Amino acid sequence: MSAQHITDADFQNVVVKSDKPVLVDFFAEWCGPCKMAAPILDKIADEFAGKLTIVKMDVDENQQTPKEFGVMSIPTVVMFVQGKETDRKVGFGGEQGYRSMIDKALAGQQ
Amino acid sequence: MQRNVIIIGSGPAGWSAAIYLSRAQLKPLVFSGEKAGGQLMLTMVVENYPGFPQGVHGPELMTNMRAQAEHFGAEVMETSVTRVDFSGKMKKVWARTGTDNAEEMYEASAVLISTGAESVWLGVPGEQELVGRGVSTCAVCDAAFFKGKKTVVVGGGDSAMEDTLELTKFADSVTVIHRRDSFRASKIMTKRVLEHPKVQVRWNTAVKSIQGDKSVTGVVLEDLKTNEETTLQTDGVFVAIGHTPSTTLFSGQIDLDEKKFVVTRFVLGEKSLTLAQGAMQNGFLQFPTMTSLDGVFAAGDVVDFRYKQAATAAGYGVMAALDIEKYLES
Repeated sequence: MSAQHITDADFQNVVVKSDKPVLVDFFAEWCGPCKMAAPILDKIADEFAGKLTIVKMDVDENQQTPKEFGVMSIPTVVMFVQGKETDRKVGFGGEQGYRSMIDKALAGQQ
Repeated sequence: MQRNVIIIGSGPAGWSAAIYLSRAQLKPLVFSGEKAGGQLMLTMVVENYPGFPQGVHGPELMTNMRAQAEHFGAEVMETSVTRVDFSGKMKKVWARTGTDNAEEMYEASAVLISTGAESVWLGVPGEQELVGRGVSTCAVCDAAFFKGKKTVVVGGGDSAMEDTLELTKFADSVTVIHRRDSFRASKIMTKRVLEHPKVQVRWNTAVKSIQGDKSVTGVVLEDLKTNEETTLQTDGVFVAIGHTPSTTLFSGQIDLDEKKFVVTRFVLGEKSLTLAQGAMQNGFLQFPTMTSLDGVFAAGDVVDFRYKQAATAAGYGVMAALDIEKYLES
């Protein structure tokens, strides 16, 4: 198991309607820093399975969602809680950076 | 467990050293760091790395260098080093490799610092607020978001030229803002930029601030000759004004120069000359890549403020590896 790929069409169901926090990784195949983030997010996705969902959206194949949320740089990682953006990290955030985003979102849940 | 050698950093210098040290059966441990691969991970095609007539993608080059080092037995930890203590005979390095991200200590007889350098920001109002909303240091990553838009690139070196050319593939216009009246970039890159129909250049100009609320809408520019301020409408600002060495970890432990580059005996400036003069033996310089501390070596962009090429960093890494091999025998 690792972070699932989603599309513009899935976004409503998987992210907006989720009752758990969702971390969305906007990435592209050709982006070096995205390649650094990917294995970290896959690892964290497994660790937090059941509490929080981590998904990936390829910005080459999906333009509507990145545009809607003003994503103009990749990787950009956005946290959604109850369908609303609560946090975002632009550029490669490092494992600690991503973990602190998750901790914050989960703390807000309790 | 006491090791022979620890390498901190995983750009061309770190991996080249790892290839040599692992072939020498010294089982190097590489802390590749979270930004593994370094600056080349942020480039598209590298055209001047020898051996690739068609050019090679930066990330691909780095992946291959790593594979080559691992093939000969280099051990890799994909974490960043959190602190170091170089004062004793055994060099100590800490990283969060334990369970629950606990810090663990690693010891080795020699350490190679190859942590490279990072992009410098402009430090003007509006910049940090708009990072990821039109402000970027990675055109290769973000150019595609500026299809049909207006962009500016700030800088005059090769990376500014590369960013400009990358942006011309997507943006309607690219304005290069440069403080001087000529570029310091290589001739071939300068020529490509100046001859490109989508590119304009504003010479002798500095960025005073970046405007925008939800995303970048413009930049305030100052003409450095007349001090006149103007506003230029733009959707994106790409900052490529240079790099600063990644040496925070080592400050207070080894000599750094006034710009925070690591000083080795390999002469590039005043401080390295002084170190070198103290390390001559029978007319030969001992361990040119050694820093001010015995057993601590450095290579690549963390030392080199002059050449700063992928190929020179690789060469530097090889020199350091050969020095370390000799040092460990002595």
